Amino acid sequence: MAVSTPPQRTAIPFYRDTRIIAIILQAVFAVLVIGVLWYLYTNMIEGLRRANLLPTFAFLRTPAGFPIAESVIPYDPSMTYGRAFIVGALNTLRVAVTGIILATVLGIFIGICRLSSNWLLRNTATVYVEIVRNVPLLLQLILWFFLTKAFPRVQESINAGGLIFLHNRGVTLAWPATTASFGAWAPWLWAGLLAGAGFYAVRRYQFVRRDRPGVALPWAALIAGTIALLGFVVTRIASGTWPVTLDLPELQRFNFEGGLTVTASFAALLVGLVVYTAAFISEIVRSGIQAVNKGQREAARALGLTNGQTLRLVIFPQALRIMIPPMTSQYLNLTKNSSLAIAIAFPDLFYVGNTINNQTGQAVPVILMLMASYLSVSLLTSLLMNWYNRRIQLVER
Amino acid sequence: MSDHRSSDDIIICEAVNKWYGEYHALRDVSLRVKKGEVIVVFGPSGSGKSTFIRTINRLEEHQEGRIIVDGIEMSNDIRNIDAIRRETGMVFQQFNLFPHLTVIDNITLAPIWVRKKTRKESEARALELLERVGIKEQARKFPGQLSGGQQQRVAIARALAMEPRIMLFDEPTSALDPEMIKEVLDVMKELARSGMTMLCVTHEMGFAREVADRMVFMDRGQIVEEGTPEQIFTNPRQERTKLFLSQIL
Ligand SMILES: Nc1ncnc2c1ncn2[C@@H]1O[C@H](COP(=O)(O)OP(=O)(O)OP(=O)(O)O)[C@@H](O)[C@H]1O
Ligand SMILES: [Mg+2]
Repeated sequence: MAVSTPPQRTAIPFYRDTRIIAIILQAVFAVLVIGVLWYLYTNMIEGLRRANLLPTFAFLRTPAGFPIAESVIPYDPSMTYGRAFIVGALNTLRVAVTGIILATVLGIFIGICRLSSNWLLRNTATVYVEIVRNVPLLLQLILWFFLTKAFPRVQESINAGGLIFLHNRGVTLAWPATTASFGAWAPWLWAGLLAGAGFYAVRRYQFVRRDRPGVALPWAALIAGTIALLGFVVTRIASGTWPVTLDLPELQRFNFEGGLTVTASFAALLVGLVVYTAAFISEIVRSGIQAVNKGQREAARALGLTNGQTLRLVIFPQALRIMIPPMTSQYLNLTKNSSLAIAIAFPDLFYVGNTINNQTGQAVPVILMLMASYLSVSLLTSLLMNWYNRRIQLVER
Repeated sequence: MSDHRSSDDIIICEAVNKWYGEYHALRDVSLRVKKGEVIVVFGPSGSGKSTFIRTINRLEEHQEGRIIVDGIEMSNDIRNIDAIRRETGMVFQQFNLFPHLTVIDNITLAPIWVRKKTRKESEARALELLERVGIKEQARKFPGQLSGGQQQRVAIARALAMEPRIMLFDEPTSALDPEMIKEVLDVMKELARSGMTMLCVTHEMGFAREVADRMVFMDRGQIVEEGTPEQIFTNPRQERTKLFLSQIL
């Protein structure tokens, strides 16, 4: 035994063993971090206690007393600070989620335009990106806000086909609304959904059995759509009313009746964030596609794959792996940038938090709550994106 | 079109000219390749060898002259281009395997999506081809896990899976370490002996001597000289050929 064991195995002193060194370094680092944090924390608490500012969260249950211009849940000034905070958080989420979806769609479109062989399209996209990403976001938000403020009074709204109205209080859109006969249409919807899903399942089964890949989803969607549409017309004939109508905004004396109205602040913030973030996303999409070696496209084309198949089966799966991490940063940026809403009076989390702080003087708890809120949203986004990233990375190696 | 088929020339290039902007990359290149012939194209760097063989499957577009592959005239008609690409396999210097797909998926991708074969028959065929190039046991690995020589053999198998009638090789061994060159050349020699029509850009003169039916020397976008290996090696007609051979041999 002793003969076959290499002599140096027993000869390493612990302070030269890389594994032990690594553990020691970790431990030293952890102790340092905890020590510094503890020092800061005790100092802060001590200071706040002496100044009689020790944080408590009791104020959250007292009435807020200030109005909030827009809210997705019922709110009035007699409700608590806690409720006001939630109203702000929901407004932030509303802007962030809508903004991320729209910015992604617009960004992918512009990114592909930048690679287009069409001169006009390509250069228009380039000019857009260069202007938008080189002007500070705050400036752009204020620009959009003043633009909406420059719209005429409600009574003289700029009218786009009776579907969109621009006025100085915001934007009013025609919006779908269900009617009394919606219940009669619902079974058709379910039938369409079931038929589509059934078709999809059968086709997938056939693909596996016949051992041949194919496209099923568009056909399934077509079947579901056709049945739904058929039911739509039948319901109309049977009951005399369409199950869903477009609720057209109508101008009353001072305001619009019907449709969907978003405030000027919300519209300006959403448009500003989407336009700004889309410029960055388009660069990520463009560089992602370009980063795929040009030999990949050539090899695919030489094998006889069509342009579309080349993009779908060879280029995009590789580009996506490059695009996901920077895309995550852009989503996080959009969410955090939404706190600039305070400049254009949109009552988001930060705006409401700021008001609460001004009224209660509870700076520390409010800032802690704000930080915790933004942090949770950001961590959740990162978590989702990392999970997706790992899923597509697995395909490689 | 039948007039082209009547001869047994499977590739016909007539006075092909190509420019990159101002730069005249191919000058009146004419070449006829018979079915089953093995042609080696050689010449100095920048002489247009890659450009030439890439015009044959339209990875590069030529501006003047005619190219007819297996009776199909190369034109801007996308159907002709696709048809020609299905008839020709290509092997690149840098392998260009798809890194996100396993070896076997690399090979079956085109048969499944272009030839509409079932996955099962494509995989069976892929395994046969991998056996032929001597790396059957690597089927489930990803390209990044293979050596250069193994990757190039997968690339050859991938091209063969489309059952092409012509194989184009663009310096298939130039990116390989010396000990891997032989394993790739062996596969190519076996392919040549099996009767495949091959157009190879290569400076492997041993390979040329052993299996080439004809050799083509290119310089400055022109075909300077062509002949049998015997004639080219022992008795080149052109001074430039002589000079170039003396430099590489
Ligand atoms: N996309 C391009 N744009 C402009 N010029 C090009 C392009 N591709 C090739 N060329 C030029 O055309 C000429 C021929 O290039 P080609 O790649 O065909 O040479 P080659 O004989 O294959 O050389 P090598 O042995 O180095 O591979 C070169 O001078 C090259 O600079
Ligand atoms: Mg070359």
